Amino acid sequence: MIERLIEQASSYAGDIDGLIVLVAVLVGFWFLIAEGALLALILAFRAKPGRKAEYLTGKEEHVKRWISFPHGLVLICDVFIIVASVQVWYDVKQRLPEPDYVIRVIGQQWAWTFQHPGADGMLDTADDIRTVDDLHVEVDRTYHFQLESRDVLHSFSVPVFRLKQDAVPGRRISGWFRPTRIGRHDVQCAEICGFGHGMMAARITIEDASEHAAWIAATSPAQAP
Amino acid sequence: MSFPKPIATTRSATGIPTGRLAIWWVLASEVVIFGGLLGSYVMHRLGHPEWADAAVHTNTWIGAFNTFVLLTSSLTAVLAHEAAHDGDGKQAAKYLMMTIGGALTFLLVKSVEWGIEISHGYTITANGFWAFYYTAAGLHAAHVIAGAVIMAFIARDAWRGRELQRVELIGIYWHFVDVVWIFLFPLLYIAK
Amino acid sequence: MARAIAHVPHAEAHEHHGPPGILKYVWSTDHKIIAMQYMFTGMLMAVIGGFMAYVFRMQLAFPGISVPGFGVVSPGEYNSLVTNHGSIMIFWVAMPVLIAAFGNFLIPLMIGADDMVFPRINRLSFQIFFVSAVLILASLFVEGGGFGGAWTAYPPLSASAEYNLTALGSTLWLVAVALEFVAFLLGGINFIVTLMNSRAPGMKAYDIPIVCWFIVIAAILFMLSVGPLIAGAVMLLFDQTLGTGFYDPTRGGDPILWQHLFWFFGHPEVYVVMLPAFGIVVEIIATFARKKLFGYKLVLYTAVITGVLSFFVWAHHQFVAGIDPRMANIFTVTTLMISVPVAELCFVIIATLYGGSITLSTPMLWALAFMAEFLLGGVTGIFLGASGADIYFHDTYFVLAHFHYTFFPIAIIGSFAGITYWFPKMFGKMMNETLGKIHFWGTVIPFNVIFIPLFVLGAAGQHRRIYNYQHFPELAGPEFQQLRVIATVALLVMLAFQLVFFANFFLSLRRKEKAPRNPWRANTLEWTTESPPPHGNWPPDEMPKVYRGPYEYSFPGRDDDFWPQNEPV
Repeated sequence: MIERLIEQASSYAGDIDGLIVLVAVLVGFWFLIAEGALLALILAFRAKPGRKAEYLTGKEEHVKRWISFPHGLVLICDVFIIVASVQVWYDVKQRLPEPDYVIRVIGQQWAWTFQHPGADGMLDTADDIRTVDDLHVEVDRTYHFQLESRDVLHSFSVPVFRLKQDAVPGRRISGWFRPTRIGRHDVQCAEICGFGHGMMAARITIEDASEHAAWIAATSPAQAP
Repeated sequence: MSFPKPIATTRSATGIPTGRLAIWWVLASEVVIFGGLLGSYVMHRLGHPEWADAAVHTNTWIGAFNTFVLLTSSLTAVLAHEAAHDGDGKQAAKYLMMTIGGALTFLLVKSVEWGIEISHGYTITANGFWAFYYTAAGLHAAHVIAGAVIMAFIARDAWRGRELQRVELIGIYWHFVDVVWIFLFPLLYIAK
Repeated sequence: MARAIAHVPHAEAHEHHGPPGILKYVWSTDHKIIAMQYMFTGMLMAVIGGFMAYVFRMQLAFPGISVPGFGVVSPGEYNSLVTNHGSIMIFWVAMPVLIAAFGNFLIPLMIGADDMVFPRINRLSFQIFFVSAVLILASLFVEGGGFGGAWTAYPPLSASAEYNLTALGSTLWLVAVALEFVAFLLGGINFIVTLMNSRAPGMKAYDIPIVCWFIVIAAILFMLSVGPLIAGAVMLLFDQTLGTGFYDPTRGGDPILWQHLFWFFGHPEVYVVMLPAFGIVVEIIATFARKKLFGYKLVLYTAVITGVLSFFVWAHHQFVAGIDPRMANIFTVTTLMISVPVAELCFVIIATLYGGSITLSTPMLWALAFMAEFLLGGVTGIFLGASGADIYFHDTYFVLAHFHYTFFPIAIIGSFAGITYWFPKMFGKMMNETLGKIHFWGTVIPFNVIFIPLFVLGAAGQHRRIYNYQHFPELAGPEFQQLRVIATVALLVMLAFQLVFFANFFLSLRRKEKAPRNPWRANTLEWTTESPPPHGNWPPDEMPKVYRGPYEYSFPGRDDDFWPQNEPV
């Protein structure tokens, strides 16, 4: 459903989209029933000359059951949604699978700095590549990101991953993603951060192994010892 | 010339006098305000053990003296209520003035205390502990001032034999101000 | 003594002398006049908030355009427009109209009292509110411009002018909001105590009209939730003006503390505005379907349960904020659970239509539209309460469309429902039905055309509070830009139709024909007195007594299909 509007490019994007579809089906059902009942009752009980309205106190079983049965069913639907949501949440936010690479993402007013490991595959070494607003990752590799902010709250959002995490100054927050599709996509800041909040557009380039290696070789500032 | 009270004010479907009902609701909202502030302080204090180094510089003796002053003023507020209950407006006003005297003493001692602390460099911007110290005690002091002002008006009316039921109400408020201080004193002066 | 002379107008108002013309209204302590003061202030602020929406939607549809009536919108001005649009609509439109205006007007009348228990505090609360309204408007024109950190005002952005570039605007905004809180705390106490104590003889708790209950429950919710935010606001004010570091991580503070304090209030706040709107809808549906509310006690209990649960859901606004991920699961559970009593409330109201005799006058159209639109707002909230889905939807236009599908029915549809229903009682004239229906359709249809596209844009990953989506290649394409234009054009149409309302309002005031006491043949006590009611509402020796509940419509065996509460057995 969502993928008709925007691609899925991460390993968990499909799970998040699936959860959204589940919610859509369940609430869609309730929405149509409630609107349908509303409309049907309005049409069926328009004032007619000579017909008086009924006097119902709320204790009448035949009407009460139209409330208590849906009440129970709503509860059951909620339980389904909770279970599905907890599973997705756990997978994306509570666990950190073993990474192939670690990157650092630093938000500031008003740009993103991305610190990539160089050819040695390790962060915080001499061959690290720092870019502004230009993130490069390799497809089918698991990444940890370490998210920081230099000033105010920002939020690192990659819609094609369905990923989002606020960047809080004074903290380093970790998360993960695994790109599954090659392409170039938007990175947005998802927390208002001042005058230039709308100018913090960054790009993520997901490339295959050889292109990625070539990019590292071309942009790395020093050779690993 | 006094304001003509609506019939609404004189009714009591709950059996509780209107004014008393109102003051308890006021206290409910105040509890949540101070609760939020003190809760935030406690959470920060737990996360910052180094604040104890700053807290050691509060003067527990001054704090204890001020606690004694406030407790005594609550006593005079109770005596004022008893006098009002007996219909003796003038006596109630006298006790209320003593309570105000207690408030002024409290504020005077606090001004001196803060003056000393500021002269030592312990200002509101010095660190997180002092920021909370001045904010919490300052918010409390603002309530002391407001209460004392309102109490003065009620004392004036009581002296003239009018609106004696309000003596109890300001007394209830005053006990609340006291209770807040009972929480502040250990949090700011004893926890070192 | 000068003091005594100043007090004379109050006493003399009872004898219908007093200061000339407008001064009588400015210094009045009559709950009905204070209600009008809140209502007209709220309506004026709605026009201003609506103008802001017009400006920023024009910028979004036609980036870089010189907006007629405003000029070119800079990024900073854009942020200030969306910030103040939100703040004004919630604090200076929804709350004053739904709670203060309707609460002040209706509560004493509907419980058979002559005024609120503390009329002078009532007047004071409006005066404080008025000052807060002046301050928020003033904040837009000071050097640096208005505050632009969103109505949520997260620090460190909101705490430091170095980051927000609007030193004076930020502080004025904060003080305005704080004063508004004080005004509503004072007003709330009046409402609560009046409802508890000043009911007409014979009016038991379950004889009180639902709208009065709901407004008072809202006042209690407000009172119990706003405290921590007042504390937080004092801390933010000190960070802004004194240089403290409550929210500054470089000085041992915590930005997330503000979020918790804000949302602990912020979530109950949405129910604070929701309940009065639902209350208005209940009154109208019972009257125009000629039917007893299906389950008075059930409705009351669901409102109370919703209110209590609302204190336990706040962190669903903070799922991706950096809170401990394990906490998120707790809040998903509580958030989804709160959908149950709210759904129940909707079901009972819809069930009240069953077996009814429905007349689709303008107030009824608004009340039914409230249910139809709020349902969509409510169900779209489920997507956001489910933490796994919120990872994607947080801070997108999906959230924005969700809360407009709840807030617009609450603040706008609910207000129009109440105004069209009680206009005859408030002003002693009937409104024009034809103009009313034109205004209704011209508001509700465009409303949907504005916000359905925004659901789509949100689902496509468009984030909030961004002044120009042409900066984002994946959102800049014509298919998305078209949606933005459609939404903006629909807004222009909707704003144009509001002129019909204002025309109806003012033309109706000037009609010669007076409205009857009870044009809708309703049961509640406000309809037993003159339209408009005199000072004191009823002659002092004719204050009503109550003999039954408020919804005894179509009682079997009676000739009339209504049975006023004050009619002796």
